[in-house]
Amino acid sequence: MAISEKQLQDILDQYPSKVQKNRRKHIFIKNGEIENQVIEANTRTIPGIITNRGCAYAGCKGVVLGPIKDMVHIVHGPIGCGYYAWNTRRNKAHSDDPTDNYINYCISTDMQESDIVFGGEKKLAKVIDEVMDIFKPKAITLSATCPVGLIGDDMGAVAKVAEEKYGVQVLSFSCEGYKGVSQSAGHHIANNILMEKVIGTSTEEKAPAKFPINLLGEYNIGGDGWEVERILEEIGYHVVSVMTGDGSYDDIKKAHTAELNLVQCHRSINYIAEMLEVKYGTPWLKVNFIGIQATCETLRNMALYFNDEELTKNTEAVIAKELSRIEPLIDQYKKICDGKKAFCFVGGSRGHHFQNLFAELGIETLLAGYEFAHRDDYEGRHVIPTIKTDADSKNIPHYMPEADEKRFRLKVSPERLEELKAIIPLSEYKGMRFDMAEGSIIVDDLNHFETEAFIKLLKPDIFTSGIKDKYVIQKMGIPSKQLHNYDYSGPYAGFNGAVQFAKDISMSFASPTWNFIAPPWKDQPLLEGKVTEEGVA
Amino acid sequence: MLDCTPKELKERNSGGMINPAKTCQPIGAMYAALGIHACLPHSHGSQGCCSYHRMHLTRHFRDPVMASTSSFTEGASVFGGGANLKTAINNVFHLYKPDVIAVHTTCLTETIGDDVPSIIKTVEVPEGKVVIHANTPSYVGSHVTGFSNMTKAMVTYFAESTVEEKKEQINLIPGFVNPGDMREMKRLTESMGVPYIMFPDTSGVLDSPMTGEFNMYPEGGVTVPELKDTGNSKVSIALGRFASADAAELLNKKCQVPAVILKTPIGIKATDAFLMSLRQLFTTEIPKELEIERGQLVDIMTDTHYHFQGKKVAIFGDPDIVTGVTELVLSLGMEPIHVLTGTPGGTSNSISGSFEDNIRTMMEGTGIEANIKSAGDLFTLHQWIKNQPVDLIIGTTYGKYIARAEDIPLVRIGFPILDRSVHSYLPVVGYRGALRVIEMISNALLDRVDRDASDEDFELVL
Repeated sequence: MAISEKQLQDILDQYPSKVQKNRRKHIFIKNGEIENQVIEANTRTIPGIITNRGCAYAGCKGVVLGPIKDMVHIVHGPIGCGYYAWNTRRNKAHSDDPTDNYINYCISTDMQESDIVFGGEKKLAKVIDEVMDIFKPKAITLSATCPVGLIGDDMGAVAKVAEEKYGVQVLSFSCEGYKGVSQSAGHHIANNILMEKVIGTSTEEKAPAKFPINLLGEYNIGGDGWEVERILEEIGYHVVSVMTGDGSYDDIKKAHTAELNLVQCHRSINYIAEMLEVKYGTPWLKVNFIGIQATCETLRNMALYFNDEELTKNTEAVIAKELSRIEPLIDQYKKICDGKKAFCFVGGSRGHHFQNLFAELGIETLLAGYEFAHRDDYEGRHVIPTIKTDADSKNIPHYMPEADEKRFRLKVSPERLEELKAIIPLSEYKGMRFDMAEGSIIVDDLNHFETEAFIKLLKPDIFTSGIKDKYVIQKMGIPSKQLHNYDYSGPYAGFNGAVQFAKDISMSFASPTWNFIAPPWKDQPLLEGKVTEEGVA
Repeated sequence: MLDCTPKELKERNSGGMINPAKTCQPIGAMYAALGIHACLPHSHGSQGCCSYHRMHLTRHFRDPVMASTSSFTEGASVFGGGANLKTAINNVFHLYKPDVIAVHTTCLTETIGDDVPSIIKTVEVPEGKVVIHANTPSYVGSHVTGFSNMTKAMVTYFAESTVEEKKEQINLIPGFVNPGDMREMKRLTESMGVPYIMFPDTSGVLDSPMTGEFNMYPEGGVTVPELKDTGNSKVSIALGRFASADAAELLNKKCQVPAVILKTPIGIKATDAFLMSLRQLFTTEIPKELEIERGQLVDIMTDTHYHFQGKKVAIFGDPDIVTGVTELVLSLGMEPIHVLTGTPGGTSNSISGSFEDNIRTMMEGTGIEANIKSAGDLFTLHQWIKNQPVDLIIGTTYGKYIARAEDIPLVRIGFPILDRSVHSYLPVVGYRGALRVIEMISNALLDRVDRDASDEDFELVL
């Protein structure tokens, strides 16, 4: 179901003129006849518009650092920032040694007024002392919140002193909430420092097994990463590190030993992928483990890259086995879902990825978008050189390492690389637009006003989004599923994940609860009677 | 679970928190502002604050929590957020048409010193609409302080004394409690035949019914005319000192409405005190129906006293709630041996009064040696429990990690409860609320008895 430019304009006309001008650039209707449909993205949100976006701190500590289980993450700031990023994202983690796992801990300097006035460095140093005394972690991260940068606390200096004192890495992240325009700035800040200070610090030169890979941009929400690892390991891959779901500091240090980097969430981790290629010569492959076909395609692409007969055979064997197992399971759900229409608005990659799963269930995606993506996530990486740097993105450091003289090694010959690039997405992401149907709507940084307007216009059967929208949508009688945290379910990745997703989405449609919304008395007159010849009886 | 927490207690004096039992002011301000009818809370700060607060409130209430943000960037942080706030207010009135915008600040805007009232004055506010504000620096107090500050702002901006003789009505300030509690407080007051204005009042806003339509401003909430009229009331009853007293005292100062500050009416004693206060102020007898409710409560308390007597409890959460729950469990003969709040300002001799002293006073004569702490964290609570085990933990969802680590049942009361539903609809206040709490406690204790009993000790009747 396509909407016309006129219908879109009618929605935008309700905005004040300045807002309209701005928002117009963040929305387009997919038209394959136009070669480049440019979207504005990663620019400032209009104050007061009611956005779903968060801040740089959320992207840095909340998304990228938080899931690393064997580091203690200290939040330097007033209590809220630490508190809200504590166990709220469902990045599951398991450690064989539970005393080496801090995932359920929240450590904050809990800045008080005196710290704001006189500086918080001393307090931060004391908190590090206590953390070392109590937990004795192998490494620590420090994440800055808004006031830290404003009052000029030098976290880097505190970190350096602590490193010397304790002989463990203390990494400092200047991810104040006001930096950039969304969580995205925080991803970049975290990527830079993990690359600069952690990756490659292990002395291990060679992975201990064949086909070593890193899984980047997989946060193990609801156990997604575990399902992906299950499949990869069954085929014969060796997962060196996952960044960062169920992630481990020790493993990330060894990331240079991989022969291929897989990029699941392009937005949050493409920086590290690119840097790994520059520094160690390891190419990255855009993968997608959301959806059955996408998973199969990803596995086959990986096999093409490694070009090993046994690996290819194992890949096909695992795919065949998994498909025969799950297809009958999915079929029963397909019957419930077929013909339904969806909106899919998520963070920086799921807004795209989950359209595959919807399609496999017979659900058409009418509208999709990202909360904090950049133009390349919509239009494809080829637009990166054309993206203008504005004042907000200029403030985010752009780190790029040099090639590591000792460790840089081409993993495949340049000729082979070119051959591969023609057939698989190596160092390439084509963006959301590429896969979307003609006439569907793409919206960047969807806001509350547009959410309501598009729902009224297109009446989707399901709207996948986040917690802030969820009950708004459901009040309208439309089921809403959180795709940031999977509504406390999951995994949704891989083969088992596809089944779980199908089951959960079907549940949204099949639940009898929706049938009770209208009270029975609403369509029945209070007085019942018959019209007779004498009048109303 | 929580395997890195050692049993050995060492003094920590950094002032840092490990597993906090509080969050920051703005979320409380946002929640309070939602208790004004047709009000859109506005967070003056970075986007993340607004996003986090909406996320958290939504998870607790499972209802839409609408709020806007000034969306600070680095530029605004350097040059001031005046332009952002003005743009935001204009856009919000144009697009979302609230009657009231309630601005609260954040650590960012407080640190850079944005003068919010001056900025507001320069904005063209549509006829009949209002912009109010509260300063809620995240580095002072806790979410309870933020709730208190926004409640105070309602008095600052609206309350006016316009009549010679005060009206025969009370201001009822419910504190940081659930809509279900607010409904119950109103029901009790109505039963007493006392006219009232409750503010803030989130009932009907955050427990709004499913109708198949989204209404950005549900029917609930205190209206602006009502808020103005609070200055004409005969008396203000502040329920819960930490969340409500400041607003009541300001009403006294501004409009000469005397303040009566009571405990949040959790448990029989605090509910008695609340009703006795109404009875005395309005010279009206407690109605038969409430006396029956009380009698039913006492009936259950006496009938099942053996389920509770001598059982050891750890209680944590917000100070007003913890105070009420502590009194309730004491009235059952239980022993609250660990009592902790994350909210500061409640230590001995503090201006706002002492949480610790209050709890200690309640314990007098019971012979219970208790650990009592304000501005504490859950790491401390866990260590206390490791050293002195308890039969039950009462607190928010965050207690479930300790409960699992130590295999102790948990009763969820307070804010936030993120892993269970219905709690925000039903009261813990009043006699009925006390019955509900007792049911929750006995279910938790007796489920444990059943689980742990050997086959031969497994009983049909308990």
